[in-house]
Amino acid sequence: MTAIGAPPISPFADKQGYSQAPYALFQSEDIYAHEQATIFQGRSWNYLCLEAELAASGDYVATHAGDTPVIVVRAEDGFLYAFENRCAHRGALLALDSRGNAKDFTCVYHAWTHSLQGDLVGVAFKDGIGGKGGMDPSFCMANRGPRKMRIATVHGLVFGTFANDIASIEDYIGEEVLSRIERVLGGKQPKIIGRFTQDLPNNWKLYFENVKDSYHASILHLFFTTFEINRLSQKGGILVSEDGGNHVSYSAIDPALAQSTEYTEQNIRSQSEFGLNDPSLLDGADEFGDGVTLQILSVFPGFVLQQIQNAIAIRQILPRAVDRTDLHWTYIGFEDDSPELLRARLKQGNLVGPAGYVSMEDGCVGGFVQRGIAGASGHSSVIEMGGVTAESSESRVTEAAIRGFWKAYRRETGL
Amino acid sequence: MSAMTASGALHRIVAAQAAYARCIDDSGGEGWADFFEDDCLYVVTTAENHQQGLQAGLVYADSKGMLKDRIAALNEANIYERHNYRHILGQPLISRVEGDLVWAETAFIVARIMRTGETSLFATGRYIDCYRIGSDHVLLRERKVVCDSNRIDTLLALPL
Repeated sequence: MTAIGAPPISPFADKQGYSQAPYALFQSEDIYAHEQATIFQGRSWNYLCLEAELAASGDYVATHAGDTPVIVVRAEDGFLYAFENRCAHRGALLALDSRGNAKDFTCVYHAWTHSLQGDLVGVAFKDGIGGKGGMDPSFCMANRGPRKMRIATVHGLVFGTFANDIASIEDYIGEEVLSRIERVLGGKQPKIIGRFTQDLPNNWKLYFENVKDSYHASILHLFFTTFEINRLSQKGGILVSEDGGNHVSYSAIDPALAQSTEYTEQNIRSQSEFGLNDPSLLDGADEFGDGVTLQILSVFPGFVLQQIQNAIAIRQILPRAVDRTDLHWTYIGFEDDSPELLRARLKQGNLVGPAGYVSMEDGCVGGFVQRGIAGASGHSSVIEMGGVTAESSESRVTEAAIRGFWKAYRRETGL
Repeated sequence: MSAMTASGALHRIVAAQAAYARCIDDSGGEGWADFFEDDCLYVVTTAENHQQGLQAGLVYADSKGMLKDRIAALNEANIYERHNYRHILGQPLISRVEGDLVWAETAFIVARIMRTGETSLFATGRYIDCYRIGSDHVLLRERKVVCDSNRIDTLLALPL
């Protein structure tokens, strides 16, 4: 179940702060195990999948909550259930495909059968054969099944938790961040247009820090500036949820400029010697009608919703080892997309992912840190841009959302 | 070109693909776009997405201009650690010939050599292609790079 042994000694130098992160946090096996127990199996809501992936009775997705393999499934009663992907008998995986449709989950090892609700309902040769063999008469199937998760669905996103003493998903995300999820997904029927898994050569927290880091964007990612793609992105800001764990970073076209007739041309103006040969890469629509061209949103400990123009994706961050992380991308459109809008999403997909013009660097920079800190476990990073608190800000030249992450992290891990 | 035979097409495609691999592996992709028609489609995806009809790609270009932009971005804008590929291509399977259009599939293995010297098996898969072949040209009208694995190492900078 949870990790064995006493909690590790906290590498943090002080009791309250979150404006520095000791490098040992990205290197220690003990801390990794402690995080699994206190965060992913503890008081957190783990993003699991989209409800759209579980349309019919028996549809299931096999994913993970941190390290823990879990099955999310729509049962005969129409409700969603999630439970460990682990046979009640000897612990083998129950589902061997990433997704599919099942009547039940019968373990391949000894054919112990589990219902779609995760209950153990059948044991092969339970009563033996010809009165010989079989389970001990005291054996009872009730409450023997794999551990169940509590499930919550919000705007078509399915989250699960192993904790009982946790706020509702709405309170956990917080009103402000929730409204920005609603902005993209509210009342819509998402349609999956692609799935990719990116292997990150670094600790999961280094990627989550990067997602919450609005300070690096214009420095590390030079695609837009090199090609002089003037996005007129004058306003923007950072929202950090009260508890620190969740955030939104956004930028928007200035409405006054957006109304100018020259806007469309200027939006993709390219005058430099490095102008795009085919600027249709960035053709698209202001589909949410608010001029917000970029919205990056995260929910602790491993959910990201990205809208970069019309490129919309969900990223699920799953730790695999101290220095290895899986980043699962689900590119989505919506059922009512016009062919033109779908095409815009496909083309703007070039901006993101492991080959993304504005995000290929994100996949690498975590590895640069992981390798850079190899001899420095006694040292810490500096996270003081924009102060030392974790509050919302109109400036994106701040590391406030990263401090918010560490605030939530310290609270949940007790480190 | 008069009625093209499958074996005639095979010969031309093998030569074109050898040049294509050399362009990426030994010339940093300079001139890579010239292996395509102006109005082309180049997509890098996975076998799972391909099989399920999911259209999004890791790279998705529907014009030669977009392919030129990809190489220009790698040279001028994007930041990544220096690396090279080595493509090993299988024998093309010609599936259909229609006028000057030829449909072919070719298996590939790509090793990636990082600046540190670390060499790894980066990708395996198949090209699903449509070529237009004339007396003086062999051009890709469509190339779907279908990677076998749904898992991609953190960086896909150079094209496959």
